[in-house]
Amino acid sequence: MFYRETGQFKTNYAADMAIFPIRQDRIGIAIILAIAFLVVPFVTSEFTLKTIMLPFLALSVAVIGLNILTGYTGLISLGSAGFMGVGAYACYKLTTYFPDVNILIWIFVSGFFSAAVGVFFGLPSLRIKGLYLAVATLAAQFFLQWAFVRIPWLFNYNPSGAIEVPLRTLFGVPITGPTAELEVKYLICLCFVVVMTWLASNLVHGRIGRSWMAVRDMDIAAELMGIKLLNAKLMAFAVSSFYCGVSGAMFVFLYLGGAEAGTEFAIRLSFLILFAVIIGGTGSMIGSFFGTAFIVALPTILKFGAPAIGIAITGATAEKIVLMIIGALTIYLLIVEPHGLARLWQIAKQKLRVWPFPY
Amino acid sequence: MTLKKLAMGAAFAAATLGSGFAAQAQDSIYFMHNTYRTGAFSGSGIPVGDGTRDYFTMLNNRDGGIGGVKINFEECETAYDTRRSVECYEQGKAKGTVLYVPWSTGATLAAIPRAHIDKIPIFSMGYGLSASAVGDVFPWVFNMPITYWDGANAFIQHVAQQEGGFDKLKGKTIGLLHLDAPFGKEPIPILENMAKQHGFNLKLYPVAPAEMQNQSSVWLSIRRDRTDWVYNQGWGAMNPTAVREAARGGFPVNRLVGVWWAGGDDDARPAGDAAKGYRALNWHQTGANFPVIQDIIKHVVDRGQSLAPKEKIGENLYNRGVYQGILIAEAIKNAQAITGKKVINGEDMRRGLEALNMTEAKWAAAGAPNFASPVRVTCSDHNSQSAVYVMEWDGKAWKRQSSDIQPQKDMVRPLLEEGAKAFATSNAGWPARTEACQNNS
Repeated sequence: MFYRETGQFKTNYAADMAIFPIRQDRIGIAIILAIAFLVVPFVTSEFTLKTIMLPFLALSVAVIGLNILTGYTGLISLGSAGFMGVGAYACYKLTTYFPDVNILIWIFVSGFFSAAVGVFFGLPSLRIKGLYLAVATLAAQFFLQWAFVRIPWLFNYNPSGAIEVPLRTLFGVPITGPTAELEVKYLICLCFVVVMTWLASNLVHGRIGRSWMAVRDMDIAAELMGIKLLNAKLMAFAVSSFYCGVSGAMFVFLYLGGAEAGTEFAIRLSFLILFAVIIGGTGSMIGSFFGTAFIVALPTILKFGAPAIGIAITGATAEKIVLMIIGALTIYLLIVEPHGLARLWQIAKQKLRVWPFPY
Repeated sequence: MTLKKLAMGAAFAAATLGSGFAAQAQDSIYFMHNTYRTGAFSGSGIPVGDGTRDYFTMLNNRDGGIGGVKINFEECETAYDTRRSVECYEQGKAKGTVLYVPWSTGATLAAIPRAHIDKIPIFSMGYGLSASAVGDVFPWVFNMPITYWDGANAFIQHVAQQEGGFDKLKGKTIGLLHLDAPFGKEPIPILENMAKQHGFNLKLYPVAPAEMQNQSSVWLSIRRDRTDWVYNQGWGAMNPTAVREAARGGFPVNRLVGVWWAGGDDDARPAGDAAKGYRALNWHQTGANFPVIQDIIKHVVDRGQSLAPKEKIGENLYNRGVYQGILIAEAIKNAQAITGKKVINGEDMRRGLEALNMTEAKWAAAGAPNFASPVRVTCSDHNSQSAVYVMEWDGKAWKRQSSDIQPQKDMVRPLLEEGAKAFATSNAGWPARTEACQNNS
């Protein structure tokens, strides 16, 4: 009843092709953004900001990245965590060599390093597909992880192999390092996420995105229609790795603030990102956020939320339940709803549109 | 976005409720302890967690806590994952924990920069950042009783003892079997130093984390190189595999010496009789023949409040948990004595830890006579570089093999100071120490 587009006429092509054609959607997104920018940082506790919001924002960029590759182009990658690591190390090296350049620029630029590595490891995708490609990207993951441990230059010869996040400021306000306020870090992450989402959304709705989807649906047909497979696939790898790289730099510099990155960006994280894509919905922007929220928030809520409302559950049990839920849900969604939570959201919207008179 | 909102709402409710609990319990000392009872490393996480948990439960049951105040002990599950550990840190902070015990190097590194801001001291017992032993740079971090560098040094001393003197080391081949991760590579600089000094050949045998259970090629190279001694800086599933492979390849297991994390009962037991003679470094005794362990059995296990099976009590890693508990309890006592307060906070705890001086008499008073060598923390030395000994597996239990070995402080300390300086420079804005020095009485 409230969610109905009656009376909203599209009078030109631009309106017809808009990403949010319905006014309620536009209002909704504006409200969500307003809440995220103006309400969340001042209302939520430090605990929630640090343990749910920051990892959610940092990882959602990587999930969007993998979604571009897997959901829009149909190429499976198990190297996302490795590419995130490249971003983190690139940012670390850049900021040690050029400490005067603002860290935000380096977080963004480190994505390009990751993109270059991603293109290199994406080359096999021209010849191999499906499961075989997954194995090739797995090799990338293992190689990168090996490099993170073995090349001491990457972590400035630190005897513990750690990346340490120095204090960096923006207009005199500390944004990375131990003294940075959580709210500041949150707002910076949020800005990154909004900008990156906006870019990704424009990419997938434009010519490049359509060529990716054509490749995904049938690459021979796409080739016959004049899409260059080489360009399309490598572009997808580059963009996807770019997103992973930025996400990795955000993850270490804005969320963890110091890490043993060789163990942080392990295969486990690659799988979590892939599960987030599958659970959230392949080929959907909003699905990427659903998936990340699920992966990030579920363990924390089960572990700390359940005992708080009186369900006696130990941390160890919660940890096991989370594994079971994520595993079961991944299989369930793969079989029953390959488009994930995003599709459920769409169905719900459709139902709301015709409510209360479904026909 | 409904799911996200729901998630945020629920977590918010959890956080607010959580802080409510902390406000209620003002007459107790809240201490949150990280454990990993799940995940790939739970084999070592469970016994350590049980030891500390049982020790504090025993103190509450037997003495009503410490200094008349109950210890509100709570575990936080990390699954040995840094993100989970960060959650635990935040939870501990919100509930007002007096001490953070990370139990993983990644978690330690993520917490160190925050310690002086949140006023929560960190205790990483024999792991973490070695350089944090320098108290002048890291007033809030403690890593007693020994660093990996001291461990490697003690191992070479042990080899020299067995071979009949440092001059006999010349021309010998000594190998480092290590996990190919920062933790595993940590002894390398010390071993290289000592190889130069004493003229032995150092060979490195890295084991990739994915290959922990498949070491046959590594052990082939060890046989090919005719390595005389092997030091095992291993972790988790890597240790039992190393022992088994050594035995299979005909390498004398009594020349394979593990670091203290490679000395679990379950590291040696799976190899059966072949493991007889396997050695490991240790800094405390094993077995249940200590009054403190007997008290735990009486006040905790027999009341059914322990999570540990009775036959595991007194095993090496369980005792390590107890050891950690004794040090922490002693620091709490110190803090109470220094401040005159009963309920202490993180700042008081830091002073208590800095005043820690576990003499032999104090070990005995804690119900653990001759349980471990003395530990003395000072303002600038947050490690104490205590003595270790070598123990040997007899097929059923660990037996003491050597006398105490004191690490050569003059060799290790400069490296520690160098590392601390490097940390302070690479963390631009690292504050100079302002915390007053606690006199060690």
